[in-house]
Amino acid sequence: MPILGVALLAACTLVGLFAGDLLGAALGLEANVGGVGIAMLLLIALTNLPGRRLGPETPAGSGVQFWSLMYIPIIVAMAAKQNVFAAVSGGVMAAVAGVAATLAAFALVPVLSRWAQRP
Amino acid sequence: MSERLVKFAGDNGLLVAFVFVGAIMVVAYWLSRHAARGKVHGSAIAIALGLLIAFWAGADTGGKNGVADYPLLAGIGVLGGNMFRDFAIVSTAFGVRMDDLRKAGLIGALSVPIGVILSFAVGAVVALAFGLTDPAEITTIGAGAATYIVGPVTGASLGVSSQIISLSIAAGLVKAVLVMVATPLVARRIGLDNPASAMVYGGLMGTTSGVTGGLAATDPRLVPYGAMTSTFYTGLGCLLGPSLIYLVIRSLL
Repeated sequence: MPILGVALLAACTLVGLFAGDLLGAALGLEANVGGVGIAMLLLIALTNLPGRRLGPETPAGSGVQFWSLMYIPIIVAMAAKQNVFAAVSGGVMAAVAGVAATLAAFALVPVLSRWAQRP
Repeated sequence: MSERLVKFAGDNGLLVAFVFVGAIMVVAYWLSRHAARGKVHGSAIAIALGLLIAFWAGADTGGKNGVADYPLLAGIGVLGGNMFRDFAIVSTAFGVRMDDLRKAGLIGALSVPIGVILSFAVGAVVALAFGLTDPAEITTIGAGAATYIVGPVTGASLGVSSQIISLSIAAGLVKAVLVMVATPLVARRIGLDNPASAMVYGGLMGTTSGVTGGLAATDPRLVPYGAMTSTFYTGLGCLLGPSLIYLVIRSLL
């Protein structure tokens, strides 16, 4: 049943987000710490349990698959609700800080990935 | 009549959002095929169109939520809100191979603190160059260069003025928008074509909306790897910003 996949996905997301929320609170922060990451690890672990593989071709798997196919449209909706006007009109210092931080991080990607590829 | 329509659209917000986003996707894929001759991916154009419409809507309504500030399109705020975003990001982990995660696990984890410190450092240098002298204000701009959530969280706990806080949010928004738009353009040059580099990229960039949007426009298969590391970034930034990084910046000045 596809709903089983959707329910599993929702349960993993909820557990992960709440764990991230608690982790943030434990550290005294008003921020969610790694909630989505925890949820993803949980989903990966549960769908790779030995003996009960949950492939995309199974009915339950198609429930999860559907939402991963809806990912890009959801990101487009997210883009359409960003405060782009504030980003563009935030002044020169904000623009320079944002652009410089982005370029510096882009530049470091190949450096760190080379480490990752080293055996 | 128009009042009825607005109320009707509001009651069925999510459905309106599906139609709206579907229409953007149709236009974007048409542009990709005909105007860009397939060189720019349709999803990259769709995200760029979304940002463009959000800019135009923000200028028109004066609100903070892009097109979602139009009552008729309020459903976009639900579909593009945190709940559906997180739900969809988690769903992309379906099909991730444990081996790929493990291979780049250490460097992926290390890239998060490196990315946080790098953004603070760059943002702080820019703030200094623009003549700020108060260490709390400099730290807040650096925090904004991390993400637009780290900025206000750090600024609030250091007690800086709301003007500096809004500057830090603007810096974070610039970063998020730029990461979304620029990632598909630079992906090949920075070797962003495998799970390991996607994890490093997510950890260094950190802005979840930027990373997930940028990877979606580059190669959707990389999304889970980048999302996995970037989701720890804002938390770490909020943890280090008002404490360790503020103390370091204060002692350096």
